[in-house]
Amino acid sequence: MELLNNLALGFGVAFSFTNLLYAFGGALLGTLIGVLPGLGPVATIAMLLPSIYALDATPALIMLAGIYYGAQYGGSTTAILINVPGESASVVTAIDGYQMARHGRAGAALAAAGLGSFFAGSVATLIVAAFAPPLTELAFKFGPAEYFSLMVLGLIGAVVLASGSLIKAISMIILGLLLGQINTDVISGVPRYSFDIPELTDGIGFVAIAMGVFGFGEIIANLGRPAEHREVFTKDVKGLWPTAQDFRDMTPAVLRGTALGSVLGVLPGGGALLASFAAYTLEKKSRGRADEVPFGKGNIRGVAGPESANNAGAQTSFIPMLTLGIPPNAVMALMVGAMTIKGIQPGPQVMTSNPELFWGLIASMWVGNLMLIILNLPLIGIWIKLLTVPYRFLYPAILSFCCIGLYTLNNNNFDVFMAAAFGIVGLVFYKLGCEPAPLLLGFILGPMMEENLRRALLLSRGDWSTFMTRPLSAGLLIAAVLMVVVVSLPAIKSKREEAFQDAD
Amino acid sequence: MKIKSQKDFWSGLMFVVVGIGFAWGATSYSFGNSARPGPAYFPFGLGLILALLGALVLFKALTIEVEGGDRIGGWPLKQLGLILGAVVLFGLALPKLGMAVSLPLMIFVSSLASGEFHVKEVLINCVVLTLGSWLIFIKGLGLTIPLWPSFVAA
Repeated sequence: MELLNNLALGFGVAFSFTNLLYAFGGALLGTLIGVLPGLGPVATIAMLLPSIYALDATPALIMLAGIYYGAQYGGSTTAILINVPGESASVVTAIDGYQMARHGRAGAALAAAGLGSFFAGSVATLIVAAFAPPLTELAFKFGPAEYFSLMVLGLIGAVVLASGSLIKAISMIILGLLLGQINTDVISGVPRYSFDIPELTDGIGFVAIAMGVFGFGEIIANLGRPAEHREVFTKDVKGLWPTAQDFRDMTPAVLRGTALGSVLGVLPGGGALLASFAAYTLEKKSRGRADEVPFGKGNIRGVAGPESANNAGAQTSFIPMLTLGIPPNAVMALMVGAMTIKGIQPGPQVMTSNPELFWGLIASMWVGNLMLIILNLPLIGIWIKLLTVPYRFLYPAILSFCCIGLYTLNNNNFDVFMAAAFGIVGLVFYKLGCEPAPLLLGFILGPMMEENLRRALLLSRGDWSTFMTRPLSAGLLIAAVLMVVVVSLPAIKSKREEAFQDAD
Repeated sequence: MKIKSQKDFWSGLMFVVVGIGFAWGATSYSFGNSARPGPAYFPFGLGLILALLGALVLFKALTIEVEGGDRIGGWPLKQLGLILGAVVLFGLALPKLGMAVSLPLMIFVSSLASGEFHVKEVLINCVVLTLGSWLIFIKGLGLTIPLWPSFVAA
């Protein structure tokens, strides 16, 4: 059994002392930022990227991965206890979870979220391990034309499945692609859009963009809003273990959520956020027992389903990143950046050139999930305390980490100023209702896309039809066009809006 | 002509301007041809597409009625100035004054942006965060960050 051998190798790596330590650190930090509203995994991972210079590649990636799925656990705590999603993927959890808390069933809701997430995480780890190798095989058959088309599909998918205006989202992708053009052209060596500033000839650091837009921009927007009144159900958290009836209700929801989340995580644009929304809609459509609590009033299925789904989706979204080097969402875009920092070119060759990293990372996901369930259920009291820390202490801390991180990136204050400029840009995006995540995806994929496009054209001697005459490439492009067409159909359009309506 | 959606109008305009800007900037590099695409090939095309999409957003903003007009609302200029001012101040001060001075400075200035400002709290926050950053980044991760002002260290 090759799968077992691979997993054995992975667990060997994951169980080394250093890696266990970093998995724990990532899980802990992930829970922390998941619990704190207004600080998401994108900003946190961006904040930590400079510090991974000091680490080896494997522990660094294990830690960053832990932050992403850890945030899914932590986010549910905040959603259930104060009706504010600690993390965007927990938006739907707040609907029924908070109602359960108001009826004194906060413990059962937290347990449903935690146990569901753990089950989903374990299954998703196996899925990643089983599906990554065959996909890698497929990826080796890809030429530049296929890669280009795949990136088009990935970018289109990323916005089609998200909420909000489609044209604006596609515009944001292209804006990101263009920002990625500020660099030195790899083929001719000509510096582009550098305005004779030497730092710009290396391109804008994506850490500066991510921190400026997601870190600074969000802090300013948060401070500009009137302080919200928070009601914390801290005293009601007792009786953590769900009743037998709860278990009977939540088991099918966990299974459905895990399956749905695993599938949606792999899709371009997928990941935790989409998975949780879809799972909530699915739970509302499927029938429970006759006398169950209605949805929106504290139904345990409305917590267990989406929470399982977002954890499964968070993990399976590693598949396209690990096998093809194509990030399906903003967090994975940062993971690609992290690998590049450590000198690893993301793509199908990672599995063969760095097997310890590849399988160690996968195995660490299961280990991390195990740590998370321990961190979250028995230690829930500590996290609840954290919710009472006022924002005025929190944001200077976030700023401090960002500023130091930005400076150490190149031991130069240029990145600090760059991030400040992108803070203004981030606020403009926020005010104009332009979702910034697609921009980051475009920015990461921009240079890769250009290189593949130009190589494909070079190989075909300038014939653009190469993208349609090569069957794999044509299939990918047709899929991208179909996605846009289907989503633009009036009937689907209203359904799509309805699916995201629950968020409000 | 009346603007039906403020948000879309300004975002459309932003896309058009930036798109044309990039396309225009690309004209100073070699375009090549499709068999040997030059450095201007990709950004020029992208710039045009962005301008086109922006025009589409603009057109929609001027024709399709939106409830409430999609107002942009007030800008948190005070918070913007204080937060980004603090960050820029940190960037300017760090190489000369070191982390021990520039970090508390940044924390103090940025704290002015919150509605509730208590000097004692902020000072405690300064001390805790600066000590913590020293422990994590300089002691723990061994990053090279100037700690003391250059005239003291020398």
